[in-house]
Amino acid sequence: MSELMPLLEMRNITKRFPGVLANDNVSFDVLPGEVHTLLGENGAGKSTLMKILFGLYLPDEGEILLRGAPTQISSPISAIEQRVGMVHQHFMLVPTLTVAENVALGLSSNRGIRTDLDTVSKRIMDISEHYGLAVDPGVEIWKMSVGERQRVEIIKALYRDAELLVLDEPTAVLTPQEVDDLFVILRKMTSQGTGIVFISHKLHEVLELSDRITVLRNGRVSGATTPAETNRQQLAEMMVGREVKLAPDKPALDRGKVRLQLNNVHVLGDRDTMAVNGVDLAVHAGEIVGIAGISGNGQRELAETIAGLRPAEAGSSVSIDGVDISRANPAQTRRAGLSYVAEERMKDGAVGEFDISENLLLINHGEKRFIRGGLFNFDAIKQHCQRLVENFNVKTPSLSTPISSLSGGNIQKVIMARELDSDPKVVLAAQPTRGVDIGAAEYIHSQLIEQRTRGCAILMISEDLDEILGLADRIAVMFEGQVVTIIDRPEATKEQLGLAMTGAL
Amino acid sequence: MSEFFTLSVLIATFASAVRLAVPYLLAALGETIGQRSGVLNLGVDGVMLLSAFGAYYTVIETGSHLLGVGVGLLIGLFMGVVYAVVTVHLHAKQGISGIGIFLFGLGFSDLLSQELVGAIQPIKKLPSLAKLPFVGGIFEPLEDIKYIGELLFSHNLMTYVAFALVPIVTWMMNRTTFGLNIKAVGENPQAADSLGVSVERTRFFAILIGNTLAGLAGATLSLQLGVFQQNLTNGLGFIAVALVYFGAWRAKWVMAGAMLYGLVTATRLQWQARDIIPNSASDLAAMTPALITILALVLLAKRVRGPAALTKPFTRH
Ligand SMILES: Nc1ncnc2c1ncn2[C@@H]1O[C@H](COP(=O)(O)OP(=O)(O)OP(=O)(O)O)[C@@H](O)[C@H]1O
Ligand SMILES: [Mg+2]
Repeated sequence: MSELMPLLEMRNITKRFPGVLANDNVSFDVLPGEVHTLLGENGAGKSTLMKILFGLYLPDEGEILLRGAPTQISSPISAIEQRVGMVHQHFMLVPTLTVAENVALGLSSNRGIRTDLDTVSKRIMDISEHYGLAVDPGVEIWKMSVGERQRVEIIKALYRDAELLVLDEPTAVLTPQEVDDLFVILRKMTSQGTGIVFISHKLHEVLELSDRITVLRNGRVSGATTPAETNRQQLAEMMVGREVKLAPDKPALDRGKVRLQLNNVHVLGDRDTMAVNGVDLAVHAGEIVGIAGISGNGQRELAETIAGLRPAEAGSSVSIDGVDISRANPAQTRRAGLSYVAEERMKDGAVGEFDISENLLLINHGEKRFIRGGLFNFDAIKQHCQRLVENFNVKTPSLSTPISSLSGGNIQKVIMARELDSDPKVVLAAQPTRGVDIGAAEYIHSQLIEQRTRGCAILMISEDLDEILGLADRIAVMFEGQVVTIIDRPEATKEQLGLAMTGAL
Repeated sequence: MSEFFTLSVLIATFASAVRLAVPYLLAALGETIGQRSGVLNLGVDGVMLLSAFGAYYTVIETGSHLLGVGVGLLIGLFMGVVYAVVTVHLHAKQGISGIGIFLFGLGFSDLLSQELVGAIQPIKKLPSLAKLPFVGGIFEPLEDIKYIGELLFSHNLMTYVAFALVPIVTWMMNRTTFGLNIKAVGENPQAADSLGVSVERTRFFAILIGNTLAGLAGATLSLQLGVFQQNLTNGLGFIAVALVYFGAWRAKWVMAGAMLYGLVTATRLQWQARDIIPNSASDLAAMTPALITILALVLLAKRVRGPAALTKPFTRH
């Protein structure tokens, strides 16, 4: 491989944002036909480096060479023209348009001012056949599952003849089956000479797919290796810079009384069909119950109902320590002792324009200890927030930084800090570590376990089977709005859960 | 009341409804295009006033309706450039910028009218097709067909232009690359940008078209009435903005809304002329379309969603 000319060379790239050195003298290259993985904690600078490559940011220093020749990439157009494609960390699709229309955006049409969607659709079909990327060009994006949307993103790049494809956390929202399918497609692409940059926080994926791995820490390259030379433990330590416990220590506990009780819960979904269809479940003090399942099987609606955000149908009953909350609003559920870590962090968990202290105080700013003479007591507030930020190890320039400019993992830590500080009776956590790096995930898990030890009842919804198996005492599998089976952790296997999740059990 | 429900009166009412709907339709179609690209323009009424005066004054000076409409169009275009630069390139807040344009148009058109014209001075109104030079002869016999003639062939040219724009705008939005770009930058500008679609340029031209149509709407209004006076539009431009929501950002539904306004206004005028309702009640009657719009908006609110990036400025860095 050594005599191959690199497809891409990025040399000594430096990029500063106000108060942050996002990339510090980073060099990175990709050979034709290889998968080169970028690994690093939240905020390490992975997306920034790739956005520079795609012309979304301009580097402050450094140079980029494509196929050996120095080049300027000043905008996405010039990146596309030089056959660089990017699948962004957040979907870049227009939900109201069809697949073909999304792909056609920005292309010149050979029908003059009219769009030529027939030609585009035909080529999409060709590409999807060639790579096994099943999509229907005529369907609007909003009707598609996340897995399908991911395929559309890849088709967008392939349609433009990308020779170098960047995939920024493409697997964060995919089910294990969808990840397998994606890897088959990616291997097919590399076998035809495409170079791929892969970003993921899931180490087993990285080890499975990569040819080479480069680790970033605090904007700098902290190491490079290959899957043959390393293992998960070592990778985690290279990322975080200290020892990491991949499997959380969970003390053995006898479970206590029932704290959260769900009886015959029915909930209507957005499309006016029964999204939750008769769920019975009890969560005891000192136990973690994991809800496994492919997204879209009623987990989100169930969580929203428990949190008081979505009304349950008549006949449903939800209670905490015997207090009925099936008709309660969010304030009442909190008073009953619930803490809620929402799946959609920025929509339901935090206020983007608010700063960190304001977000930390969202649920308890009315408490006496924060008020003096009818006004906020800013000294007390500052002390309180400082303590939470330190305890939860939130990486931020200051308490007055808007939360939206933190990395995903740090946003999640802020939310966790707020939710767990109030000594809850029940914690409802949906996808608590989605998109969160190893170090932060370890911390969040340890905090959930501490709540369990305290005697809290924890209901955790996750699509990540490793997370479920690592944390839960009992596992409830949801399929089509129902709990199809409940398995004690010692008896559970991945295969069995996978089958139950597809309704095959 | 019974005299209202005779065929000839109903036809006359409907024919005038069509004409009355034209300024609403032109302005609302323009606003629709702008909003689909993600830009709210609350200045429509001000642009209409400026164009209405410009067209009126041009006709006073030159006697040419064609020149009048042309001047109205150019004023709309010019105001479009101003609004686009302010909101798209300088990232100003759209709500307040639009109000600024409205207030400017309201005051400046009044000032000009006092300085240049003084006392209200009627001009000849836009002629029907049959009265046009050269081609008028073709339409004369058509206009004379009983009922049909009045309904379909008795209008001025701008009426046909406005209604012809409905399928043209629909076609543009659904069949052209420009329309696709407009929808994309109005829904998800980041996605459009990442594929090399220039968000700024697309919005710029969408705003230009929108304001040009507002200019045509203003010119049509003053030339149909044959006068200009302070605040001639009386909020018509704001109703046009509401019609975009009423029509759920689709040209044909926007047209339906404009026709509703035309019809209610025409009926009211007929009833007033025939003393079917007392003058004192006519203000109440004038409110009906507004009430219908509010009702429709409340009922539709849950069903239709506007462009996701509406009013959101776009920056890459
Ligand atoms: N547009 C921006 N303005 C200011 N700061 C930014 C901007 N984009 C990124 N940053 C900061 O730069 C640093 C690197 O961010 P980046 O998004 O590259 O991290 P990442 O490695 O992709 O993290 P994650 O795993 O959470 O996606 C972070 O501290 C982030 O807060
Ligand atoms: Mg990132």
